[in-house]
Amino acid sequence: MRALRVIALGSVVMLTALLSAASAGGADGRVAVASLQPAIQPASRGPCVAEPAVMRRTHPDMLRHQRDDTVHLGVRDARASLKDCIGCHASAQTGSVAKAPTDFCVGCHSYAAVKIDCFECHSSKPQAVAQR
Amino acid sequence: MSKPHDTGAEQAMSGRRAFLGLAAGVGGLLLAPGVHLMEIAHAAVPSAATAGGANPKVRWGLLIDTTKCESGCTDCVGACNTENGLSGGTGPTDSQWIRKIEIKEIKTGRTQSLPVMCQHCAEPPCVDVCPTGASFKRADGIVLVDRHSCIGCRYCVMACPYKARSFVHEPLTNQKADVPRGKGCVEGCTLCVHRIDKGQGPACVEACAKAGHHAMLFGDLNDPASEIARKVRELQSTQLRADLRLDPGVRYQGL
Repeated sequence: MRALRVIALGSVVMLTALLSAASAGGADGRVAVASLQPAIQPASRGPCVAEPAVMRRTHPDMLRHQRDDTVHLGVRDARASLKDCIGCHASAQTGSVAKAPTDFCVGCHSYAAVKIDCFECHSSKPQAVAQR
Repeated sequence: MSKPHDTGAEQAMSGRRAFLGLAAGVGGLLLAPGVHLMEIAHAAVPSAATAGGANPKVRWGLLIDTTKCESGCTDCVGACNTENGLSGGTGPTDSQWIRKIEIKEIKTGRTQSLPVMCQHCAEPPCVDVCPTGASFKRADGIVLVDRHSCIGCRYCVMACPYKARSFVHEPLTNQKADVPRGKGCVEGCTLCVHRIDKGQGPACVEACAKAGHHAMLFGDLNDPASEIARKVRELQSTQLRADLRLDPGVRYQGL
């Protein structure tokens, strides 16, 4: 029991040390912590169709629902459209959401270790950029 | 059982009775004239159309005048390739959504040139054989492949008597934003569904008109006032392999 308590205390001390070491990297601690998180590029236009918290959690369902509506029923003017996502979130540098590791879709999905195959068929660039 | 519980159950029962009575009343009102049910059914169907989707009252079709189609002209094929991001190759592993064919009647020597693409059958065999439901017919008669559920088995390629389906063998890049395409899926003419949904016509028809041939006419076969419906009503036109009774939406004039 005592040994357990020592281990718990030890791990807390180590975690604190790690965190303080990480925060020592930047002036206010934000830079070092941010490097552990995915690089999310800001959208070129705003606001999004839903709050960021909602989008983070439900965007796969929104897209999956919308794709069936679009392909089978021909509903194209819907709120959640992959084309519109790409239109706003394409990177200014690459013009794409999935080309560079820091691009919007890939940036987060590689962080979360989720392999998506959307862009094996769908263009990852907005129409205007893709035609260039 | 305690007293308050009994009262609750009684109240629930009386509430249910009241609801059933009301429901029966409403049902009776609706059922009595009979016509009302039909009206409801008809009103329910075009709901997708009012929301901007495919209209089930429409049947999109093409009328191709083979007498105006010029031999050697491939403007429709080129326009299709450009619009849909196809390579334009004609090898065995290249996708071809529309082909120009030259036919000759042996006895008379009469030659004709005509484009052949997905005939958008009313009874599409590709839909019948698809094991995943990826091959489907939209409410407005356009036969499509849902690449999300296509497993690339190619049963539809075998089933189609018009050789209208292609299989994507290689990984693709630089697809058009409106036309997603990828390796491992079957594809075919979509009648430029992304343009139709925007109120435009197929790219091949536009290119044919631009070249001055006007051999292709696109429109709603179900609308008696449309030019295509008027023409198929007044002029002799044929469906390819009409003996198969697939009722294609593409018709040929002058064959």
